[in-house]
Amino acid sequence: MSANRDLRGHAGGGAMSRSLLSIDELGHAGVQRILELADTMAEVNRRPNPKVPALRGKTVCSVFFEDSTRTRLSFETAAKRLSADTMTFAVSQSSLNKGESLRDTIETIAAMGVDAFVIRHASAGAPWLVDNWTNASVVNAGDGWHSHPTQGLLDAYTVRTALNRPDGFDGLRVAIVGDIKHSRVARSTTAAFKALGADVTWVAPRTLVPPTVHEHCVDDLDAVLTEGVDVLYMLRMQHERMTEALVPNLREYTARFGLTPERAARLDPQTLVMHPGPINRGVEIAVDPTELPGAVITQQVANGIAVRMAVLFDCLAAHQDPTSDLERPELS
Amino acid sequence: MNLSILGGTVVDQTGERRADLRVVDGRVAEVGAQLEPHDGDRVLDAAGLTVSPGFVDLHTHLREPGKEEAETIETGSRAAALGGYTAVVAMPNTDPTQDCVSVVEFVRRQGVVAGLCDVHPSASITVGRAGEQLTPFAELATAGVKLFTDDGNGVQDPLLMRRAFEYALGLGVTMAQHCEVERLTAGAVMHEGDCCSQLGLPGWPSLAEELMVHRDVELVRLTGAPAHFLHLSTAKSVELVRAAKADGLPITAEATPHHISLTDELLRSYNAIYKVNPPLRTMADVEAVRDGLVDGTIDAIATDHAPHVADTKERPLDQAPPGMLGLETALGVALAHLDMALVDVVAALAWKPASIAGLGALHGRPVDVGEPANLTVFDPDETWEVVPANLASKSGNTPYVGVPLRGRVKHTVLAGVVTVENGIATR
Amino acid sequence: MSEKRVLTPDDVRRATTRMAHEIIERNQGLDGVALVGIQTGGVWLAADLGAEIARIDDAIPVGSIDASLYRDDIGLRPVSPAAVSDIGFEVDGATIVLVDDVLFTGRTVRAALDALGDYGRPKSVQLAVLVDRGHRELPIRPDFIGKNLPTSGDENVSVTADGVVIS
Repeated sequence: MSANRDLRGHAGGGAMSRSLLSIDELGHAGVQRILELADTMAEVNRRPNPKVPALRGKTVCSVFFEDSTRTRLSFETAAKRLSADTMTFAVSQSSLNKGESLRDTIETIAAMGVDAFVIRHASAGAPWLVDNWTNASVVNAGDGWHSHPTQGLLDAYTVRTALNRPDGFDGLRVAIVGDIKHSRVARSTTAAFKALGADVTWVAPRTLVPPTVHEHCVDDLDAVLTEGVDVLYMLRMQHERMTEALVPNLREYTARFGLTPERAARLDPQTLVMHPGPINRGVEIAVDPTELPGAVITQQVANGIAVRMAVLFDCLAAHQDPTSDLERPELS
Repeated sequence: MNLSILGGTVVDQTGERRADLRVVDGRVAEVGAQLEPHDGDRVLDAAGLTVSPGFVDLHTHLREPGKEEAETIETGSRAAALGGYTAVVAMPNTDPTQDCVSVVEFVRRQGVVAGLCDVHPSASITVGRAGEQLTPFAELATAGVKLFTDDGNGVQDPLLMRRAFEYALGLGVTMAQHCEVERLTAGAVMHEGDCCSQLGLPGWPSLAEELMVHRDVELVRLTGAPAHFLHLSTAKSVELVRAAKADGLPITAEATPHHISLTDELLRSYNAIYKVNPPLRTMADVEAVRDGLVDGTIDAIATDHAPHVADTKERPLDQAPPGMLGLETALGVALAHLDMALVDVVAALAWKPASIAGLGALHGRPVDVGEPANLTVFDPDETWEVVPANLASKSGNTPYVGVPLRGRVKHTVLAGVVTVENGIATR
Repeated sequence: MSEKRVLTPDDVRRATTRMAHEIIERNQGLDGVALVGIQTGGVWLAADLGAEIARIDDAIPVGSIDASLYRDDIGLRPVSPAAVSDIGFEVDGATIVLVDDVLFTGRTVRAALDALGDYGRPKSVQLAVLVDRGHRELPIRPDFIGKNLPTSGDENVSVTADGVVIS
């Protein structure tokens, strides 16, 4: 097989399915479409029996090369609520060390008849490669530092419902604080908010932003809070960053960039406080989140299921014609 | 077997002229406007084609010994011949390393056995390329080694590099540096810039190359020893070398075909075919490297031919090895992307690298009576596209699929023996 | 494509009024009766029927149901969920009148019946449509019809409060 096929992975392998690899590829229209679908799915989730037959007969396989129980369970729950069959491959390091390549793993699983892969991988770009190797839908559940589109979507959905803004986020002031450079959440959430018209500011020291930055970027969190912000998004600060001389120590990081009790007290009660989880208590958030009136962190988790249901349905049901009529007698 | 090469236009360091040649016993015997072939001459049709000295590649990875699944000295030699090369300098990052006479001799002998190209091994600067202990320069020089490099890596320790330069003085050898300060490039998979920032990939800052270029320029200034810079890729590196040459320092430099034709934007595809060290950079860098070749700051085009088995390149970027093929497409890329007179492109492919490699007595010679017949005959205008399956290299990792190339080798002659005829290797 | 108006706004209003009376008569009153409009075409009609019933007799609950997640052609051709379902009353034991603008193959009603079943177990389900255009593919029959309108399969039927147009 030619090694030089166009590896851009255009949306979707087969004719009636598509992939979700990044927010940029989804675009403004795609983001809106998914968020509206999420409303339908959220209603399903409010029922005593939150299940619909929409994806009955489809198989969704989670292939997680990086550990993540929460995200994996969120996707599996989403698939099950749509009546899809689920498979899970939590690929351990050892099977990869035995020489089975990513490609081999994917092709082996695909041979078992899979309609959608949900992939999380430590290497940026891996989901694009997978999308080229299979006709199944590929949903990116996180690739390296690069992209985590379902997180961006559920964050946007959370703000949309919490602030009742179904028509977009024009004029909304969003601050994303922390280790932007190594955060796929930061990239995808920024892209999703911007696709809906919000103003996004990154707050971080120079060592924690990418080498070239086109976003509005500052390193003074207090100034941002004084000016006022509608959404305060705190990123996880990983302990490993200490060894790479990216910040001198966690105490200084928290003092400069953490949501300390002093900053929480100054926060407008209307400001939404968000975090992708799990929180490093005392580091990026140094207060009890339940005491923050604007904290929507638990809603983010709940919304994650509705949004992932919307994503799976969107990928496997291939919306192309909003006026399509079930009543058309022949399948064309 | 004697040869008649008829109908071509000869291009060499003395200029350009319509001429036929005859080759007898491995040397050019006659050069004239209209020659008749003698009985028993093998005739190579050069009508409408250019006849030049055979090309010399300063930088080829033949992979043998150690990685024969990607390439062997035989398949690499064949690829070289098809690319118009009559000599290649084999890089020492083999397994075992070319850091001692026995391995160097093995590589040279394998080249002789293959009989498609003159294989001249380089040797590493440090034992095992570990960056700690110098290899026996004098012993290796006696065995015919002219260029020393730890290519694959740069020598990180400035004191060790100083000693290498000082010890090399008077031995008639040249240190060649792969400029990369490794502490600045840990984990990098592509150029550090806009593209890598958006893609969330660790990047290789231009500074990592420029710092070492600057260091070695100053070490040359301090020690007086000659240096050659491998695969320069950034605008600032070119400026540093230009200034060093203006100061009269004994410095030469090379650039690869991919660094004059491809940019980091290609990495948006996440296709590891485009992963290489030093990485593909921005258009501004590409243009600066081209300008460097045009004004002679960069002396030679060197392929850095780096074969890799196909499935190693079908991996996420951080797991794939860096490197691209180059021997069979070098001419086609150079003529398509350089705004230079043909004779100057041929200079960068033939006599200038021959001189740097210490092969100037045999290769890159003017096409004249009595000179060794190391020649290539090519169509400077033919446009073509590469098909990986048709390459002689054992591997297929060329970045040029779908990219139009201009200039195609038709015949190659090695010491009077035809190694390529009508685009097909003779053995 | 030529357009042909087959029902005027007045025709639609008269049909709606008549169906409202039929619903009340058939159920011998409005005890436990609720209207559920099928998204999207049946929602305005359910609201109009509900208003008419309230004018004649008494107000009854009106909801809407989206059947897109229960369709039998998901993954076979483009599908688009219309909107969020809104059933704000108890379905268990109720007499539900499903309402749609056009009855054609019957597949939408089948999907709506399945969707409804996920909210509870009605005592019975009846079907009210403004237009029955024939070409049934499933054994589904309407209880209350505004107008029978034979059409050919490739014609398009458009129904609003402003009338019914075939094109």
